[in-house]
Amino acid sequence: MHDTHKFKIPVGPQHPSLKEPESFSVALKGEKILGIDIRLGYNHRGIEKACEERSYTQDLYLIERVCGICSHSHSTCFVQAVEEIAKVEVPQRALYIRTLIGELERIHSHFLWLGIAGHEIGFDTLLMYTWRDREIVMDLLAALSGNRVNYGINTIGGVRRDIKKEDIKEILKGMDTLEERTLYYIKIATEEVTMIKRLSGVGKLSKKDALRLGAVGPTARASGINRDVRKDDPYAAYAEVSFKVITDDHCDVYARAVVRLKELLESFSIIRQILEKMPEGPVAVKVPRKIPAGEALSRYEAPRGEDVHYVKSNGSEMPERVKIRAPTLANVQAVKRMLEDRFLADLPIVVAAIDPCFSCTDRMVEIDQIDSGERRVLVWQELRDFSIEWHRKNGIDFSGLNKKLKLRK
Amino acid sequence: MRPGRILRLVLQSFFKKPVTRNYPVVKIEMPQGFRGKLKFDPKKCVGCKMCMRDCPAGAITISKTADNKFVAEIDLARCIFCAQCVDSCMKKALEMTKEFELGALKKHDLTVITKDDS
Amino acid sequence: MVLFQILVFPGVIFLAVFGMFMEFVDRKVYARLQNRVGPPWFQPFADFIKLLGKEELIPEQANFRMFRLMPLFSFTSVATSFLYIPVWGTHSLLSFNGDVIVVLYLLTLPTLAFFIGGWYSTSLYARIGSVRTLTQLFAYEVPLFMGILASALLADTWSISEITLFYSRHPWYWASNIIGFAVSLVALLGKLEKVPFDIPEAETEIVAGAFTEYGGRHLAFFRLTLDIEMVVGCSLMAAVFLPFGLGFGMVWGFLVYLLKILFIVMLLSLARTLFARLRIDQMIVFCWKYLAPVALIQLLVNLLLKGVLVQ
Repeated sequence: MHDTHKFKIPVGPQHPSLKEPESFSVALKGEKILGIDIRLGYNHRGIEKACEERSYTQDLYLIERVCGICSHSHSTCFVQAVEEIAKVEVPQRALYIRTLIGELERIHSHFLWLGIAGHEIGFDTLLMYTWRDREIVMDLLAALSGNRVNYGINTIGGVRRDIKKEDIKEILKGMDTLEERTLYYIKIATEEVTMIKRLSGVGKLSKKDALRLGAVGPTARASGINRDVRKDDPYAAYAEVSFKVITDDHCDVYARAVVRLKELLESFSIIRQILEKMPEGPVAVKVPRKIPAGEALSRYEAPRGEDVHYVKSNGSEMPERVKIRAPTLANVQAVKRMLEDRFLADLPIVVAAIDPCFSCTDRMVEIDQIDSGERRVLVWQELRDFSIEWHRKNGIDFSGLNKKLKLRK
Repeated sequence: MRPGRILRLVLQSFFKKPVTRNYPVVKIEMPQGFRGKLKFDPKKCVGCKMCMRDCPAGAITISKTADNKFVAEIDLARCIFCAQCVDSCMKKALEMTKEFELGALKKHDLTVITKDDS
Repeated sequence: MVLFQILVFPGVIFLAVFGMFMEFVDRKVYARLQNRVGPPWFQPFADFIKLLGKEELIPEQANFRMFRLMPLFSFTSVATSFLYIPVWGTHSLLSFNGDVIVVLYLLTLPTLAFFIGGWYSTSLYARIGSVRTLTQLFAYEVPLFMGILASALLADTWSISEITLFYSRHPWYWASNIIGFAVSLVALLGKLEKVPFDIPEAETEIVAGAFTEYGGRHLAFFRLTLDIEMVVGCSLMAAVFLPFGLGFGMVWGFLVYLLKILFIVMLLSLARTLFARLRIDQMIVFCWKYLAPVALIQLLVNLLLKGVLVQ
């Protein structure tokens, strides 16, 4: 190292502050950040391709496992797209149950985020307390759907389970406890000196930049942009419940924390309204196995932002193309802008403030011609050939392996 | 702006019992409807193989041993506990129990074979 | 007899065992304040023994001699500083006029050892952590010194044993040092690198700071140094700011000492639970803008009091 003031430090792929692997290569001068290089792709599992080889029913469970925290969001978004292609009318009770589980998931995700944010700034007490409260939601979800994560409540044409009267009482009791605790955490986040010092003024993203870089979800709403898919394009039962879209004008990490905390209060109110207004009726309609040809795009407000699924079917039992755009992909472009002229100590909390879920994100594989600057799109077979050639040039030969995965016996 | 805002909660917790459940000593009961280990009733099975068709992971295999007698081989390592097979079975021959402590020391023990012994 | 006192009590073995016991108290109180169970009493001992058995990996580009020397260096300097602090009664094992400065100097040496160990590890994280250690030293050192020396000022002597003697002869004079006690406690949080000042070892930013490349025996001794540093720092606080109950003889006196140390350690654990970690620039601003002036006020108060008392 010739100039001991400037050097490059790798944050990731393995780092104690990142919950999921991602590579940030940070150029530092002392403690000041000069620039960042972001590379994604460490969590890519080939889910979109795997969806094309399984039937729609099997795909439900595969798509649900894209992410552990926003699993219901992905599952519902996919099912909505399929139901739109099949022109199926889902019963009202099913829509209400989907919304209920969706809001419970939002509560669980925001509590998780609070804990992680506390941990990143060294405030482990907040981590322990918020995760203790999260257990209440997880137990509720286990009683309702049979599992604490990956609920599996959706099926094409409705939901798989109904909720009972005793469950409703438990949910309302849980909501009361959690509301009281959330109000206390709002007081902590807005009044505790060290938290304000670490969160204010950090990771500033002006409204113009947020619109230009395409931020979604609480990251955008904390910069004053009033965008929420639940209000702009209502799906499930959101058209029939009344709630506010929370925005904040501070444009920094503090604002993102406040937006998420206040969204928790809105979620409690939405759940209470749903439980009051829940209509009687069947919970699912029968949908044929073969979905007619067509395509649909469906949007959903996941806890992290806007989740977009595109499904194309060709009349058979298996989809032709499934494309997922996760919210973190839209938000991660803004991280570079947020960290300009900040300190190294701000990096973990700024990355945590966009609520990164890189398992959702690693979807796209785009190959740039670096020297000419133009881009081309490769078909599956071209991509495979390119990869084999690249590995062969680097001394790895795959021609000995010729196994195909056996799915159905 | 107050420093130490969380003091009240923290001091209250000092005098209460900890929230941690002493897990291996204290057994936890899962709620009704929990999706744990799969159970197969060979007397009800008619061999339609809808469960095999719908399983996302290829975890269940139904084979015929004799006339109207079927055996199920469930691979617990592949099962994702989604209970789609339970919904797909028209004769209600499959059921999810509450058992979730399914660790084993040998991979062989993870394949559960249930057959009709009558 | 002297050898026994140096090696066993109140020497190295007593310090090590007591230090690990205090680490247990700290972790248990921290856990209970967070509504958790916390580790059993033998956890720090188990950690130490486990670390002794692990493999040591030294990076290829690191300076072997410095890397290996630093844990030993820091351990011996904190152990030596305990010789000058009275445990029960008003006499320490060794004392001379000026030993409060020597103790404070010996407590600064481990910080320097962390810096050198981290720097010569040549890992990027370790370098950042070691530079942060020194930067933090600039911030908390002056308030710490001023707080302790204010108490020494009133007693008109630079020897810790004499300080305790003075205060046990004039009870209630220690109440004038309350501000200094608060300032020194906050500065002690900085010295021991505990939240809100655990910036040099920020796990979520720079993995483990200066200790990143250490493992095995060396890490065991570094951690033991941190534990003993906590005991020595708290003993210094107890001797200089809480010098009452000193005339009881060996057994009761030791019990009083134990209670004082427990009290201070619990205050440190409480501070750990209540706050988030500050950034290094915020910490320097805080120490120089708020802590140092308050320590100056304490000095002024003691000067005025001394003037009044002499008359």
